[in-house]
Amino acid sequence: MSRLGALAPRAKPAGAATSTAVAFDRAAARLGGRTIWSDVSLTVAEGDFVAVLGPNGAGKSTLINAILGLLPLAAGTASVLGRPPGDSKGLIGYLPQRRSFDTGTRIRGVDLVRLGLDGARWGVPLPGLPSHKRDAARVGEVIELVGAIGYARQPIGELSGGEQQRLLIAQALVRRPKLLLLDEPLDSLDLPNQAAVAALVRRICEEEYVAVLLVAHDINPILGYLDRVVYLAGGNAIEGAPQEVITSETLTRLYGAPIEVLRASDGRLVVVGQPEAPFVHGDRHG
Amino acid sequence: MFAHEFMRHALIAGSFVGLACGLVGYFVVLRAQVFAGDALSHVAFTGALAAAVLGLNILAGLFAATILGGIIMGILGDKARADDVTIGSLFAWTLGLGVLFLTIFTTQDSAGNGTAGVRVLFGSIFGLSTTDVRNAVVLAVLAGALLLAIARPLLFASLDTAVAAAQGVPVRALGLVFLALLGLVSAQATQAVGALLLLGLLAAPAGAAHRLTTRPYLGLALSALFSVGSIWIGLTLSYVFPTLPPSSMIIAAAVGVYVLALATTAARDPSAFWLRQANGNVA
Ligand SMILES: Nc1ncnc2c1ncn2[C@@H]1O[C@H](COP(=O)(O)OP(=O)(O)O)[C@@H](O)[C@H]1O
Ligand SMILES: [Mg+2]
Repeated sequence: MSRLGALAPRAKPAGAATSTAVAFDRAAARLGGRTIWSDVSLTVAEGDFVAVLGPNGAGKSTLINAILGLLPLAAGTASVLGRPPGDSKGLIGYLPQRRSFDTGTRIRGVDLVRLGLDGARWGVPLPGLPSHKRDAARVGEVIELVGAIGYARQPIGELSGGEQQRLLIAQALVRRPKLLLLDEPLDSLDLPNQAAVAALVRRICEEEYVAVLLVAHDINPILGYLDRVVYLAGGNAIEGAPQEVITSETLTRLYGAPIEVLRASDGRLVVVGQPEAPFVHGDRHG
Repeated sequence: MFAHEFMRHALIAGSFVGLACGLVGYFVVLRAQVFAGDALSHVAFTGALAAAVLGLNILAGLFAATILGGIIMGILGDKARADDVTIGSLFAWTLGLGVLFLTIFTTQDSAGNGTAGVRVLFGSIFGLSTTDVRNAVVLAVLAGALLLAIARPLLFASLDTAVAAAQGVPVRALGLVFLALLGLVSAQATQAVGALLLLGLLAAPAGAAHRLTTRPYLGLALSALFSVGSIWIGLTLSYVFPTLPPSSMIIAAAVGVYVLALATTAARDPSAFWLRQANGNVA
């Protein structure tokens, strides 16, 4: 497994056999009578940190929905944690795109994380039950893991975007998923927060040994943490190590139009000539 | 005041109706469906008058109309969370129909049901029979139990629809069941405080609870407590001062609780309070 950046090889739990978290074989998705992507084949191994990149409207969220089993494939086959999509709900943590709570949401962050654990159960939580204590302990654990102890008891609507995002990651993690699907979690964050959340996801990936698919708009904040990328564009997808995929040749082939990938002196990648909205903010200096 | 049977009846039925209203109201406010509750109160008015005009049981008409109204709003609305345009259309149409029924009703000779219109608009909590009380208690317990049974997934679906759906929570079905429940509870509350003031009992105690706590289940309990408390205070006031109608006293008490909750949060942290006001907070 090749990787950019200088990360120590990840410790895999003893006895854990490497198996695939997500496998798509010549899959296609249709929405509203239009084929969004087709002939997509990809493999995500257990414990991998994979970025899903591509311009707006390329079908990144659609890919997530297909993995969740919310959107049946129009063609091809898919397997998620060894089963058909939709059959492993309890083993998948999901953070949907652009989710923020307005200031009127007067519910504590910790309650929202808790709902990620028990929200699908009927009734109301009864404090006397042993499961209640166990659940509370697990919620405390993930809140500590994402570093949100300081503000988890405040109303979620009154927190900053970065704080909300950490709590939502905690919510996605609380059921000890084997697969984490994060749809643009860095979207509304400033650069230091983007880097911090990317580092957090990398740490989770290693400590909890979960496979992560992270949809991103800009590869630079996460480049140093990634194992692989899936690049969606022009109704197709290419999967591989970042330095194989994000090259002028590969992207030109994917888009079917001339694309140039430049490397800035500080190591950032800049993609030039995309037909649609650029995924790299070329005007940033950092 | 417990010596009078009408007062005992009012207190018993009112407590249970208040309990159901408080529980459902908490979610009405959380899901920003206050407007749906308002529309249902007019559906209640129209349904009862329609039954009166047709010579049917007024109560049956009331319940059928509101429960059906809730279900229709759920079906028409997106993701079982009826949107404002849907509710607004249904609301205008229903109110027009209600006015029509009221006209027919007042022009035809209707000695037996002479006060039906007034009763529907303003409630009739001091005129409950033993059967009325029994029905009110049974239905309120049923509604309350059903609400508690779906409370946690409903909370999840209300706050976080996409994640709840991904975890297999039947988001749409829950929304529908909730609106049907809201219809049922609205019909009950209409008997207590009338269609005109129904919204106050659904929204004010729940709004106060949302103000006072950020813990969801505590909020649910507080909302029920405030609602029952408002009914007791209202009934007592109306008993002590017989010229004051019970329905308006109940609503005055509910709104009083809400104002107190506002004042408490404002006093606790004035700057945060005004910041929230400026940001347009619903609860
Ligand atoms: N419900 C839908 N019906 C029809 N088209 C849709 C629907 N949802 C999304 N689309 C279209 O599918 C394409 C892919 O959407 P999406 O997966 O959200 O893109 P991305 O997440 O990469 O920005 C877009 O062109 C979008 O307009
Ligand atoms: Mg998207």
